[in-house]
Amino acid sequence: MLRLLSFALFLAIWWIAALFVGGAKLPSPPAVLEVMIAEASSGALFLHLGATLARVTLAFTLAMSIGSAIGYLMGRVKLADRLGDPWLILLLNLPALVVIVLAYIWAGLTETAAIAAIAINKLPTAIVTLREGTRALDRSLDEMASVFAMPRRRAFRHVVLPQLAPYIAASARSGLSLVWKIVLVAELLGRPNGVGFEIGVAFQLFDTPRLLAYSLTFAAVVLVIETLVVQPFEARANRWRPRAA
Amino acid sequence: MRLEVEITGKTFTSAAGGTHEVLAPVKFALQSGEVGVLIGPSGCGKSTMLRIILGLDRDFAGRVARPPEARIGMVFQEPRLLPWRSVEQNVRLAAPDISDAKLSELFRILELEAHRSHFPGELSLGLARRVALARAFAVEPDLLVLDEPLASLDDALAGRLRDEIATLVASRPIMTLLVTHSLDDAIRLGDRLFFLSPRPARIVQELPITIPRAARSEAEIAAIRTELARRIQAEQDDIHAGRDVS
Repeated sequence: MLRLLSFALFLAIWWIAALFVGGAKLPSPPAVLEVMIAEASSGALFLHLGATLARVTLAFTLAMSIGSAIGYLMGRVKLADRLGDPWLILLLNLPALVVIVLAYIWAGLTETAAIAAIAINKLPTAIVTLREGTRALDRSLDEMASVFAMPRRRAFRHVVLPQLAPYIAASARSGLSLVWKIVLVAELLGRPNGVGFEIGVAFQLFDTPRLLAYSLTFAAVVLVIETLVVQPFEARANRWRPRAA
Repeated sequence: MRLEVEITGKTFTSAAGGTHEVLAPVKFALQSGEVGVLIGPSGCGKSTMLRIILGLDRDFAGRVARPPEARIGMVFQEPRLLPWRSVEQNVRLAAPDISDAKLSELFRILELEAHRSHFPGELSLGLARRVALARAFAVEPDLLVLDEPLASLDDALAGRLRDEIATLVASRPIMTLLVTHSLDDAIRLGDRLFFLSPRPARIVQELPITIPRAARSEAEIAAIRTELARRIQAEQDDIHAGRDVS
């Protein structure tokens, strides 16, 4: 209910601002909705949205799985941490644009280049978060598992993974928002479809309603995924914690 | 089955670079069906000794021989339960082969039936300790290690849990190693008591109790306690006398 109210407030502010600024710079909500419906009925909206979502899914999955594995290793093995740390610092501070442009130069304007570039941007934050989580693992529970001779897989699943879950969730959440932002840049620079491409077109034509139609639909999809996937996962991972009053 | 402990020394290097001796040479053995009790002042190195015996700490001089196939059940000083798993899951994860009937029986003895599906965070310390006991017994251990399992519980509860431990230990021929500073627990549960010196720990006295555990009456327990107190006093007098001479 409160969320709905907050959304209504957002619409109201937008509408009022549109009245002041004028339709060319900031179209009113109905004008944007009209474009949305037109794009949706032609099928273009779903095509571009689908292309973007596919890239996000692939790059996100890739970065999360590889990043988590590396982060876990660096948290557990001192040598890996020492060796990996300079690379990590480099990756963390490398601007997204540089990675994307280099990927396109080296691998051509291909899907692989785009997805790899997006994944590489997300990778270091996943590593850092999971390394922190691994460092915070409770040694006394490791000892318990070892004394009771728990097989490695069982210990990992029931002792280690639940401790990492909050870190994985945090990394997924921050990572998703990072990937959302970067995927559009990658599409703008070197892909013939996707929300980023459409926004590029809208920018060249100074077509604000179209720009807003695509970005808001995109934002809505992000919101839905956040509520339907990320938040339930967090809730499940934290279900054993006594609830805050 | 037999546990042989022959530690010739254990030192550790502190962050400041100094070397500290934690354990002096310590040697003892334990047979199946025996309850050995380690009694010593806080910080004397008991926990270090346990970690070595359990194989958690391999950086020591000497040897620990226990049959490689021996199953270990352990009750740590803090319960060390998995907070994200229910009471029942905590036990089952350590003892996946336990039958439903056995588990129910164990929960009945330890009065945990009502808490099967609770998470450890919802339990009192006393209950959590009972879950830790249930877990240790559920694996049907050959070597049971109890590290101050009754510390910080009120007398009534500690007494009941002690009786439960005695019942469970009597039900199977296992080697049990109990660490405590309660003389009372030691006399009521132990077959052989090992008194440890302050750090670096060594065994200053080894005292067998010949009366079977079940047959120890209150009067006999009191008699053993008096005898122990006398011996400990004598020991301390010796130490003081020794110091005076040097």
